[in-house]
Amino acid sequence: MTLPIAGQTAAGRAAEATVSDVVIRFAGDSGDGMQLTGTQFTNTSALIGNDLSTLPDFPAEIRAPAGTLPGVSAFQVRIADHDIHTPGDAPDVLVAMNPAALKANLRDLRDNGVIIVNTDEFTPRNLKRAGYESNPLEDDSLNAFRLYQVALTTMTRRALEESPLDVRSKDRCKNFLALGMVYWLFSRPLESTIDWLRVKFKRRPEIAEANVKVMKAGWNFCDITDAFQVRYDVEPAQLEPGIYRSIHGNSALAIGLVAASRRSGLPLFLGAYPITPASDVLHELATYKHFGVTTYQAEDEIAAVCAAIGASFGGSLGVSCSSGPGIALKAEGINLAVMVELPLIICDIQRGGPSTGLPTKTEQADLLQVMFGRNNESPVPVIAASSPANCFDTALEAVRMATTYMTPVILLSDGYIANGAEPWRIPQVEELPDLRIDFHQNAEGFMPYMRNERTLARPWAIPGTPGLEHRIGGLEKEDVTGNVNYEPENHDHMVRLRAEKVARIVNDIPDIEVDGPARGELLVLGWGSTLGAITGAVNQARADGLTVSRAHLWHINPFPRNLGDVLDRFERVLVPEMNLGQLALLLRARYLKDIETYSKVEGKPFTRDEILHRIEDMAGGPS
Amino acid sequence: MPTTEAPALTRKDFQSDQEVRWCPGCGDYAILAAVQQVFPDLGIPREKFVIVSGIGCSSRFPYYMNTYGFHSIHGRAPAVATGLKMTRPDLDVWVVTGDGDALSIGGNHLIHTLRRNVNIKILLFNNRVYGLTKGQYSPTSELGKRTKSTPHGSVDFPFNPLNVAIGSGATFVARSVDVFIPHLKAVLKRAAAHKGSAFVEVMQNCNIYNDKAFAALTDKTGRQQNGLYLEHGKPLVFGDNKDKGLRFTGTDFEVVQLGNGTTADDCLVWDEKHDNPSLAFQMASLSTGDGLGDYPVPLGVLRAIDAPTYDAGVIDQIDQISTTRPQTLDQLIHGTDTWTVDAGGTVHRGAN
Repeated sequence: MTLPIAGQTAAGRAAEATVSDVVIRFAGDSGDGMQLTGTQFTNTSALIGNDLSTLPDFPAEIRAPAGTLPGVSAFQVRIADHDIHTPGDAPDVLVAMNPAALKANLRDLRDNGVIIVNTDEFTPRNLKRAGYESNPLEDDSLNAFRLYQVALTTMTRRALEESPLDVRSKDRCKNFLALGMVYWLFSRPLESTIDWLRVKFKRRPEIAEANVKVMKAGWNFCDITDAFQVRYDVEPAQLEPGIYRSIHGNSALAIGLVAASRRSGLPLFLGAYPITPASDVLHELATYKHFGVTTYQAEDEIAAVCAAIGASFGGSLGVSCSSGPGIALKAEGINLAVMVELPLIICDIQRGGPSTGLPTKTEQADLLQVMFGRNNESPVPVIAASSPANCFDTALEAVRMATTYMTPVILLSDGYIANGAEPWRIPQVEELPDLRIDFHQNAEGFMPYMRNERTLARPWAIPGTPGLEHRIGGLEKEDVTGNVNYEPENHDHMVRLRAEKVARIVNDIPDIEVDGPARGELLVLGWGSTLGAITGAVNQARADGLTVSRAHLWHINPFPRNLGDVLDRFERVLVPEMNLGQLALLLRARYLKDIETYSKVEGKPFTRDEILHRIEDMAGGPS
Repeated sequence: MPTTEAPALTRKDFQSDQEVRWCPGCGDYAILAAVQQVFPDLGIPREKFVIVSGIGCSSRFPYYMNTYGFHSIHGRAPAVATGLKMTRPDLDVWVVTGDGDALSIGGNHLIHTLRRNVNIKILLFNNRVYGLTKGQYSPTSELGKRTKSTPHGSVDFPFNPLNVAIGSGATFVARSVDVFIPHLKAVLKRAAAHKGSAFVEVMQNCNIYNDKAFAALTDKTGRQQNGLYLEHGKPLVFGDNKDKGLRFTGTDFEVVQLGNGTTADDCLVWDEKHDNPSLAFQMASLSTGDGLGDYPVPLGVLRAIDAPTYDAGVIDQIDQISTTRPQTLDQLIHGTDTWTVDAGGTVHRGAN
């Protein structure tokens, strides 16, 4: 929405206006603390009860040369008084800490949007670094926007005249001046950020207090001057009653794995090698040792997955977490787990590629890799998380499949939901699925490859159990005995058996649900992180009078049992994907149904409007 | 309270029902027999043994041992074993590997496992050739070696496995020979007793692709003339009738003929527990093991030092933090910043 310029004016004060939905982007140098600033604004808004969605966007370089376009780091947050599904297509407010941040983000800003710039950084040198020929603050190039020029650095130094910090440390507080201003502009309380600062810098109180002081200075500057003519508020959203927290996808994944460990009674073992954007799962799980979690930063991706397999062999919940390039290295290890039929969770937090690609940007192009990127017939269940909070449930479901069917499972997430945050209605622990399993104990008649009749799973018999000594390995197994066997009929049988085992998972996964009419002209089908943009677009299309249905896949291998029927009930099926049509390829092959792909591979998620426009085109425009 | 003594284990208890399928005459048979003879004497219940291997002739080893076993993928056995030992410290985990498996494709895992001092035992069967892939040169093949992949002779400078292990910080490094059964068994027992990564190189004859590679050491005269049997606290003497010794000049070892006033007292007394690995490294460098060089082949324990193990460190941290920072799953899921939406739609901070 566009922020109104005029509102109700209280005597001698800025006008006040209530808006239902606002998108704010904080942008600066990668050292300017924009991720932290945005996160604080997000958390404060969460505590007010707004619905929210965030989109961090940071460079692959830790500190690209200061003031340059590649060094710009941004954090977008959308807050609303109603249910929202995306971090917003275009910001209403842009905080630009330097010319490069302005230049890199201006094109996304809504017409008549608010720009707050730090004028201290608009020096000839910085303008040149950002590629500006003339100073945009002085020419007419920003006329379409509401520009607020603030000497953030000067004001920060002035606010900290009494502080014992050196100038460099003082200057590092300037993001909190901007945050204080934005808090004022959107009528947010400062308390939760003050609390956070005092805990975070418990051992450096001078830093905490400097930031508190600067943030208050930003707030007061707005309050006592007439810098802004209008002040906004966003009321709480009507969320379902319950207890909420704000959560990032990687955090939800880490907590979900711990929950699965507790609910299954299996100690959690994570083997990992640092890789963007998956490392936060390792970081977070490393802090959960008090839940019996073992984290292992291995020498490489291969060791990480192999150690997880070793842990699973010993009766732990073996997990390995990586991104596309790391998954490629793990392929042989995953296939070993297929052959020895041990539970294993492989998390692929997808990023742009191929090769090193775009490490900090999002993409959904590992789907075919995880389906088929291993030698020979290698059936592996695949499940994809669709939102930050959904990573929690997805972790539990992945573990259920892995332990019930004695199989590696691949869990797909991506950079967008890994780093994005949303409110999460916290579940009751006792409502979580019961994942308890029993290791095989009975030596009588034991064979390592005998099968459960329903699931075809083999027994999980762990070392240390007397009488169950047995050998497993990557060579082809004789059915039942597990002995090495090269017989042609046995191999054919075992290949089909492993495929059938994974196919049978369909028996206990939910059918896919259609949102909207169960049959009709157009179904928009998605998987993974496109859920928000698709939902927003479909809801808007309906509000505009179009008839369109929507469905979203969680389990991708096997597909839900009713998927073929659902596809057949629609004239046209549109699949938006951040790849060149990978799910579409699977659907066409499996169901012989024509699928229309909408591809976007820009390293950025779909906007709601992009999908909306495609729906409008397909449905012949708004009625 | 009555106690029931478990019946003593025998070699037979460790023999699996699988037919052993190494080539007739392969050195692996002797090593298998030695391991099956040593394991019953270690005082460890059979179900606590796990043998993990990679790929190659040696890596078929687990199939022939009636213990838990895992024949994994090429080069990765130390990684599998590390994950297992970290989570199951009660198990006695042995890795069986070869020169290609451990030093070529799996070199990274070997050095990092040794560096961490994971409490596992690694037996490297070194036959200086790729057997299972039918005769290519390996990272321990000597320069000039003619194989299928080096028809004009190898120009690829080899590793000395002992030096790799010592250079990686291994806390136990030893060497024995497939056909030196009593020596091999004694070394295996020492390795079994070591707390931490124990690295044992076993020189092993591949009679198909690299026959007699160690003949100068293993034949009747070579055993005495070319074997230097290290013993902690004993002077370095060797040769027929122990008539030669090794002196340390301060920078190098030199072979001395004993007699004429030169005695064992002039030779270096071997110290496997020396803090500094330099001497063990120099000792390892004396010979690649074939008995063809100017120096004898060091056999036995080169290095055995006490050091904390990685797996114990990991488990200690988990135990300690579990005690000092108890938290329920419910608390974890809630985190620190929550808000509550009540039935009337009112929002307030906190979880009540």
